[in-house]
Amino acid sequence: MAGLATSLGAGAATNSLAQMPEIDTLFLFGSNPTEAHPIVSIYLKKALRNGAKLIVGDPRKTWMAKRSDVWLNLSPGTNIAMMNGLVHAILKNGWENKEFIKNRTEDFDALREKVKEYNLKTVEKITGVPKQKIIDAARMYSHADKAMIVYGLGVTEHRTGTENAMAIANLALVCGHIGRPSTGIMALRGQNNVQGASDLGPAPNILPGYQPVANADARAKFEKAWNVPILAASGLKSVEMLDMACQGKFRGLYIMGEDPAQTDPNSHEVRRALKSLKFLVVQDIFHTETTQYADVILPGSSFAEKDGTFTNGERRIQRVRKAIEPVAGLADWQIICRIANRMGYPMKYNHPSEIMDEIASLTPIYGGISYDRLERESLQWPCPTKDHPGTKTLYTDLFSRPGGKAKFVALDHKGSGEMPDKEYPFALITGRIREHYNNGSMSRRVPGIMELVPEEHLELNPADAKKMKLKSDDWVSVSSRRGKIKVRVRVTSRSQRGNVFLTFHFPEALSNFLTSEHRDPIAGTPEYKSCAVKIEKLPKSYQA
Amino acid sequence: MSNKKIKIILNGVKTACDKDDTVFNAAKKAGVFIPTLCHDMRLEPYGACRMCSVEVKGVSRLLPACSTPVSEGMDVRTESRTVKRVRKRLVSLLLSNHPNDCMRCETSGACKLQNLAYEYKVDGMEYGGERWKLPIRQANPFIVYEPNKCIVCGRCVRICNEIVMAGTIDFTGRGFNTVPDTAFRVARTLSICEFCGQCVSTCPTGALTDKKARGKGRVHEMKRVKTTCSYCGTGCSFYLNVKDDKVVRVSSDFFGPVNQGDLCVKGRYGYDFIHSRDRIKTPLVKRGDKFVKTSWDRAFAIIASNFEKIIKRHGSDSVGAFSSSRCTNEENFLLAKFVRTVFKTNNVDNCARV
Ligand code: SF4
Ligand code: SF4
Ligand code: SF4
Ligand code: FES
Repeated sequence: MAGLATSLGAGAATNSLAQMPEIDTLFLFGSNPTEAHPIVSIYLKKALRNGAKLIVGDPRKTWMAKRSDVWLNLSPGTNIAMMNGLVHAILKNGWENKEFIKNRTEDFDALREKVKEYNLKTVEKITGVPKQKIIDAARMYSHADKAMIVYGLGVTEHRTGTENAMAIANLALVCGHIGRPSTGIMALRGQNNVQGASDLGPAPNILPGYQPVANADARAKFEKAWNVPILAASGLKSVEMLDMACQGKFRGLYIMGEDPAQTDPNSHEVRRALKSLKFLVVQDIFHTETTQYADVILPGSSFAEKDGTFTNGERRIQRVRKAIEPVAGLADWQIICRIANRMGYPMKYNHPSEIMDEIASLTPIYGGISYDRLERESLQWPCPTKDHPGTKTLYTDLFSRPGGKAKFVALDHKGSGEMPDKEYPFALITGRIREHYNNGSMSRRVPGIMELVPEEHLELNPADAKKMKLKSDDWVSVSSRRGKIKVRVRVTSRSQRGNVFLTFHFPEALSNFLTSEHRDPIAGTPEYKSCAVKIEKLPKSYQA
Repeated sequence: MSNKKIKIILNGVKTACDKDDTVFNAAKKAGVFIPTLCHDMRLEPYGACRMCSVEVKGVSRLLPACSTPVSEGMDVRTESRTVKRVRKRLVSLLLSNHPNDCMRCETSGACKLQNLAYEYKVDGMEYGGERWKLPIRQANPFIVYEPNKCIVCGRCVRICNEIVMAGTIDFTGRGFNTVPDTAFRVARTLSICEFCGQCVSTCPTGALTDKKARGKGRVHEMKRVKTTCSYCGTGCSFYLNVKDDKVVRVSSDFFGPVNQGDLCVKGRYGYDFIHSRDRIKTPLVKRGDKFVKTSWDRAFAIIASNFEKIIKRHGSDSVGAFSSSRCTNEENFLLAKFVRTVFKTNNVDNCARV
């Protein structure tokens, strides 16, 4: 979310889900909500029933793409070129919002100069989207009254993920489509509490509430509350900790609730790093690929076993309530406290509500949150004080950047770290399906779900399938420069020619062995979304 | 939505309401209960069952409150003698083709039809007549359909087509034999059913039930705990239904600020992992190639001494932690605090950028 933070000030969705039915033009980009976010899709479907126009930017022919007014079927990894092309078309036709650009933004000239390089012929060549469609989309979006861009991991999980988000912000800002109800940018995130986890500071360069460790006042506040000195220099990002582990310079790691050995692309490297550690503690509810490397495994507690809060993708802080006793006796927050106490730093809380009180006292955007209030009302941050009603729409008058203005960022198309070539002719896209979730450790333990979707399938376009003489359910091997897996094929026109699709829910056929080591240099987000692969038919006799 | 105020007279009391309200919504806001069967707040008003009939002064027939808009000065009576008589007759008619099976019905206690029969003192013996004897459908992995308990209110058909837009269920048969079907007969008309159980959540009777929860207890035996879904970042709320310290069902929270009772397959049916046999139940330490069980205290001692040793020998910068966007806000905050106060480094990160 560093992208939106750079352009607008905060790395968060600008609006509320409940505003979606009133959208009149929806631009869905790199997101397949009917599969990955079914309840968001219910809101979006309501907007469509109310007559909203629909633009979809996605290499796959999704449910929404089939129903769109304009489908921008761009090649994987060409998001920035696409956005620059749209801005180009808007400026060329004078469809921009001059008032808004003048009063509420800065650095417009840099953007204007940059997008001159992206005339529609060039953009058509890079993205594969016909010029006329780009113009249609640009007209539709810029002329709307309530226009919302909804984007998903198809945007962020690229080497240029952070820049992709800035490119989207550029488009919205050029049209002034931000800061009004039903008008703005919504990012649909993957895991349930991504927003809360980024808000509350387990990050090497920021303290809870996006307060930089480099800021002396912020540090002083936390030093006083926690009674320890806080280092001004950033710590290591997760990737860096693993790299240093391989070099023998990083030795002890505590992993709470993550499974990098499966969910990180380039799983081989991660496993090497985990093996190199001197001491590894993993806290999880199930054995995972990662727990194999642990020296100590601590049983985690599921959401049903503890009190707490999650913050959803629209910044809404909601209660998690304990329904049953922790299966292993202790909730995760109690475990952290016990280890801290034993290592000589006292952490005493009787209940997670007291942790929230401490969060509120140190984190201005959560300043007005308490469990008492959450019993009575539903709150979205920023909620700075106990009598503040929370914030449904961000940036109605000021952006949260210094000076209150949004920033245009001039960006270049760089493409994926790895493009298809002679040897590896297909672009592999990875994503989610509705029935499963992440590494599958939860959803794969639901018998009804396994009955419906028991195994991984490689989605392949009918034309490609015909050329390779493949039918649905045939076995193939899929290999990239980094690894090889075996899966069955599903022939479907959801994938376009030259693109294939896999999920990452199944350890037997782990797509992350294939995906690339390229990362977003700013956020460190790995490039899950595209890499180059080749496909070979396996003999009839092959059985998994 | 315009919210221009107008006034109606509700059971003799002047009541302010929004111009766009239906009589049902206006009454609800004023705290006056009108019974319904085919109505669900999530759906467009349908006006089929007439259970919500009310009397309006100057109109000779009764009007359905769920689909009648308010108008200035409208004089509405929700509990007049005629209204009550008509409702009672409707319940009687419905029960004349109903299996009288409440004693072993999954939905007993939460069934709208049962509640109405109780309120209007109807035993289902008033009218004779033919009753359906249709087979129970169990092909759907998550949903059981007992057509004999169906009152053909159309809610399941509408929620599946209007809201989910899956188009899985439709009415089949004609006249007396019309029932909603398909999604429950062939597993995956299966290729289009989303298994969201929205149809179950809206069914007012025991005709549609959650398969996994059958036989696990009825509404009065459950502790219901409102919480937030742990799968995706939409943050739907729902109730965990707990019996004997076991989660046996998820039911809709119709007042959830995000989802108003709607859920997807993961939220509604994805809870089995909680009581999975594979859960890690005790701390484990590695001995050679194996993991052996140990006590919490022992595990904490090993963890503390190993980290202390590494920090002492190689410095704070050689240790760190990953936290998770699967964990709560409080746990994330605490881990960020832990690394800075106990490890005394800024080496802490999460996967929140994904
Ligand atoms: S589970 Fe969902 S998709 Fe399937 S029939 Fe019911 S409402 Fe329709
Ligand atoms: S199955 Fe339930 S919801 Fe569907 S028509 Fe019958 S009674 Fe109504
Ligand atoms: S019910 Fe489905 S859409 Fe809602 S939060 Fe859970 S997984 Fe997401
Ligand atoms: S509830 Fe109004 S007609 Fe059925």
